Amino acid sequence: MTSTHTDYRLSQLDQLEAESIHIFREVAAEFEKPVLMFSGGKDSIVMLRLAEKAFYPAKIPFSILQVDTGLDFPEVMETRDRWVERLGINLVVASIDDAIKNGIIPDAAKISRNRLQIPTLLNAIEENGFTAAFGGGRRDEEKARAKERVYSHRDEFGQWDPKMQRPELWSLYNGRLHEGEHMRIFPISNWTELDVWDYIGREEIEIPSIYFAHQRRVFERDGMLMTETPLNPCREGEVAEERSVRFRTCGDITLTGCVESTASTIEEIIAEVSVARVTERGATRGDDKFSEAAMEDRKKEGYF
Amino acid sequence: MGSTDEKKAERQMDLLRFATAGSVDDGKSTLIGRLLFDSKSIFADQLEAVERTSEQKGHSYVDLSLLTDGLRSEREQGITIDVAYRYFATPNRKFIIADTPGHVQYTRNMVTGASTADLGLVLVDARHGLTEQSRRHAVLLSLLRVPHLVLCINKMDLVDWSQEVYDKIQAEFTQFATKLNVPDLEVIPISALAGDNVVDRSQNMPWYSGPTLMHHLEHVHVASDRDLVDARFPVQYVIRPQNDAYHDYRGYAGQIAGGVFKKGDEVIVLPSGMTSKISSIDVFDKEIDEAFPPMSVTIRLEDDVDVSRGDMIARVKNAPTPTQDIDAMVCWMTNAPLQPRQKLAIKHTTRTGRALVKDIQYRLDVNTLHRDNDTKELGLNEIGRVQLRTTVPLLADPYSKNRTTGSFILIDEATGVTVGAGMING
Repeated sequence: MTSTHTDYRLSQLDQLEAESIHIFREVAAEFEKPVLMFSGGKDSIVMLRLAEKAFYPAKIPFSILQVDTGLDFPEVMETRDRWVERLGINLVVASIDDAIKNGIIPDAAKISRNRLQIPTLLNAIEENGFTAAFGGGRRDEEKARAKERVYSHRDEFGQWDPKMQRPELWSLYNGRLHEGEHMRIFPISNWTELDVWDYIGREEIEIPSIYFAHQRRVFERDGMLMTETPLNPCREGEVAEERSVRFRTCGDITLTGCVESTASTIEEIIAEVSVARVTERGATRGDDKFSEAAMEDRKKEGYF
Repeated sequence: MGSTDEKKAERQMDLLRFATAGSVDDGKSTLIGRLLFDSKSIFADQLEAVERTSEQKGHSYVDLSLLTDGLRSEREQGITIDVAYRYFATPNRKFIIADTPGHVQYTRNMVTGASTADLGLVLVDARHGLTEQSRRHAVLLSLLRVPHLVLCINKMDLVDWSQEVYDKIQAEFTQFATKLNVPDLEVIPISALAGDNVVDRSQNMPWYSGPTLMHHLEHVHVASDRDLVDARFPVQYVIRPQNDAYHDYRGYAGQIAGGVFKKGDEVIVLPSGMTSKISSIDVFDKEIDEAFPPMSVTIRLEDDVDVSRGDMIARVKNAPTPTQDIDAMVCWMTNAPLQPRQKLAIKHTTRTGRALVKDIQYRLDVNTLHRDNDTKELGLNEIGRVQLRTTVPLLADPYSKNRTTGSFILIDEATGVTVGAGMING
């Protein structure tokens, strides 16, 4: 929060923060068993920071849930562990490998890990009896998200029905559920990518190092720069070389591309984002590229 | 509260939420596309996708409306069905657009979009002048107490940039607006397709000396729209840390709904009526001197009084009177009509209870403002004056005084769906 002004104005970032904190408190008050879906990316870390502020000096009154794809960046996992330790919160890990081992989801080598996250996540929500799951989705990310409510209702199958969304007025959220249903909650719906960066800078929030420029062996695929790893080797015709890059989103290491950058501080990243001409998902997420409605389709099935 | 110099890199921007209403025919999506495009808020990949689709559809121009119609069914039908939220920023202000459909069958979506708006933008086609639809939009915005209204007269290029056309529509609308609660009105002649008076001043209408739309959006003064007199704090959540360091901490968390609270203020807790003094106002790990809307804070009191979620903290000499009898304008949002004797769940600030429909006094024709006293029910998308009796007393103000403490939603107890939105009369 900024210092109070004589004309009682709040900056837009403070207004967004106040709105998000209101949402966190509302959910904690009204839902039996909320959980925060944590990817380790900047948006979910900003959510953690907001939750920390919402309940201070008490601890965050819910667990965090991470879907372990087995393909996560090690830097992201390290950051996650430091946050969990500092806040003293309970971490629930839902692993895709375990879900395959236990026969919860089919071992389909042809299905991307991104797709397998959906049944793994839904199973974890059901198994743990979570009634509300916070997600870091923002409405500026994608067209289907632009229409999603802050409280987004999911049926017993975890599905989202874009045509049957509840009207959401003022700051009055409706959290009514039937047995087996749950609510996805998007407390940073109204934040933009730039707001998230401004906030990370202002609050000096620790984020994974891969967001900052670093040297990495990368190769070009489908117009994106991909990390060379044993999990994602070069195909014929692809040549890996070391470049100065950074990531704009944190996802599956085999699908998440990076951009060439020399931005090594938050200020430099903000300067870069301010003039970026491609959306963060459009630039670096292979999972959103399949069709114009790729995100809408995955959301209907129960994606974040 | 930390002073600004301890913090890095925060740009001081304020926020304007505005709602747009209109149909594709009026050029609404084109206008929004233009605002995003001219403020450089459209990214290259988004523009390429739109160009590709426009070409596939055989359009001769880049159809900027494709940027805003997000759901597959909307793209298929070429209409906007739901409220979509869009974002753009200029150096001094961030904008959140609630983009709502214009047709009468989507009135509830427009009401939804307008509920949080500081400004409402109504679009008319210069060739057709005011229509039933544009009047309805103005009525809804005024009913939702959106404090600033902008009428954009679009497609001026198609009427030869005629001042006469502008003057006629402007006079007609200004006349109509006298029947509404419109504290601030601006009428701007534009061409969304060509960009005239959207961001850049039109070279084609030298007779117009008012602001461009973007200039108006950037400079309209919204800070004074809040009620900074009547202090209202609905308690959301009680913070009681289970650790030794804060063993005696008991804080009431919530978002300030009105007025200014200061440390040391004598306050009353409703509905119990107990009084105490504010011992501290906390924002995270700092104590602040005063709190105002829309800050989310934690208030601590000097005395150990019983306070829980749903209660309200107000000033001893300025507090709402708890009441179980509510007189409100209700917008009905579901197919099965609202009828007398119906029972519903009600959510008002942080308080939830049940409500019985005592009477439906009249239905408001949102096109003509005519009151239909003979009707005894409200259908989908209809608005009427309704009397309710609630199981718990509501700590409410008139909606005209405070949009937070004056509003409520109605929930169907069987389906759990939000079926109505209410604005309390007073």
